[in-house]
Amino acid sequence: MIHQYKNNGYNIVLDVCSGSVHVTDDVTYDVIALYETCSGEEILSKLSPVYGREETEEALSEIEALKEAGQLFTEDEYESYITDFKQRKTVVKALCLHIAHDCNLACRYCFAEEGEYHGRRALMSFEVGKKALDFLIENSGGRRNLEVDFFGGEPLMNWEVVKQLVIYGRSREKECNKNFRFTLTTNGMLLNDEIMDFCNKEMGNVVLSLDGRREVNDRMRPTRNGKGSSYDIIVPKFQKFAESRNQDRYYVRGTFTRHNLDFSKDVLHFADLGFRQMSIEPVVASPDEPYAIREEDLPQILEEYDKLAVEYIRRKKEGRGFHFFHFMIDLEQGPCVAKRLSGCGSGTEYLAVTPWGDFYPCHQFVGEEGFLLGNVDEGITNTALRDEFKLCNVYAKEKCRSCFARFYCSGGCSANSYKFHGKITDAYDIGCEMQKKRIECAIMIKAALADAE
Amino acid sequence: MKHIKTLTDATLKNTVKKGGCGECQTSCQSACKTSCTVGNQSCENQK
Repeated sequence: MIHQYKNNGYNIVLDVCSGSVHVTDDVTYDVIALYETCSGEEILSKLSPVYGREETEEALSEIEALKEAGQLFTEDEYESYITDFKQRKTVVKALCLHIAHDCNLACRYCFAEEGEYHGRRALMSFEVGKKALDFLIENSGGRRNLEVDFFGGEPLMNWEVVKQLVIYGRSREKECNKNFRFTLTTNGMLLNDEIMDFCNKEMGNVVLSLDGRREVNDRMRPTRNGKGSSYDIIVPKFQKFAESRNQDRYYVRGTFTRHNLDFSKDVLHFADLGFRQMSIEPVVASPDEPYAIREEDLPQILEEYDKLAVEYIRRKKEGRGFHFFHFMIDLEQGPCVAKRLSGCGSGTEYLAVTPWGDFYPCHQFVGEEGFLLGNVDEGITNTALRDEFKLCNVYAKEKCRSCFARFYCSGGCSANSYKFHGKITDAYDIGCEMQKKRIECAIMIKAALADAE
Repeated sequence: MKHIKTLTDATLKNTVKKGGCGECQTSCQSACKTSCTVGNQSCENQK
């Protein structure tokens, strides 16, 4: 399968199934577009008047050489491989600990409903957290690296338990031959020097929630009493935190909504504030919310990604580059096919744990009672549901089977699919369009930077 | 080649033989939490 597109002056050809990426001139680009439906003679008669016979013949022969080398027009041969792979016994390797179902901000788009997840306010006790870590160790098989994200609500509202759990996890690493990778997702309101020091020693990554420009951030991320600016409280703390981590192993992470479709300005605002690692993601919301992204917003959003990509390249060339999460792509040493096709691991390798110790397939399913998987005392009790997630991969999703992006998004988010279509094997269509554009931009950026070398 | 510049060759196919160890990061533990992005992750086996 071929995906070809033009972006920022580059003709890019992806050979989807082999993972090969090519940049071509115009004649080759046009020959590739005709190659599967026309004979060689037909191509020559169509394109020779435009490009000349010799050039067209040359392009054809280069295309044939790459086809012979398995880098163009390759077939998808992974379906049986991935089915076998998914049927193996899975292990649990990552937990999202909902350390606090409470929050000190009142963000309007919060899928956790301001921290409460359709339920009551609650803090996770050390005992529940300890059982969760024990469950992870016992169910992780031969997997050495175990990931634990402290999530919420706002996890710093239960900071003492976070610290105790990190210390407990570390105390078990040696005897169990495991390595914990702890991460924290925070809104920053309660950050202080003591917390930053502890995180710099113990947290492999920290995700710092901020939406961009002050007016954009404060509109959607108001304080609890609606007074003051959360931006003014948080930004200096995040700047200090990022510096104290040497501008590495963190992300400033925002959400954009229909209210700031010009979100490229928010990304650049982060860069201008001195941040070097950042992400801004589209809000996922019910269509009746005024801030929800609508299909009619897509042209503007896709154009924003293109604009951002051009500026991204410019700043990189000027020596003041930054990393935008969705433009980062590893063409050489990226994930294997098994990882690319088997999805995010929700419900099997990755579980969310509520303050009272219930398991859900991921943080976005928490509070959806039909998705309760088990708990820290009994383990996974709803094995039928787990198996449904286990078999959820790219080939189980009709929309993904013919999509060029399937090796980059791994079939998308099951929770988004459920929210929009009531089942986990569909896809959130608006999200797909944005994802595809981000991948196209990310590859174009690689082409442009390779050109500059 | 005169007409085609290859940025990366057939890297995906090569991963079928030795891939699938599962040591890599779970995608939602990185930064996203609302989408699913794996193309930007690195393989633990090649570190």
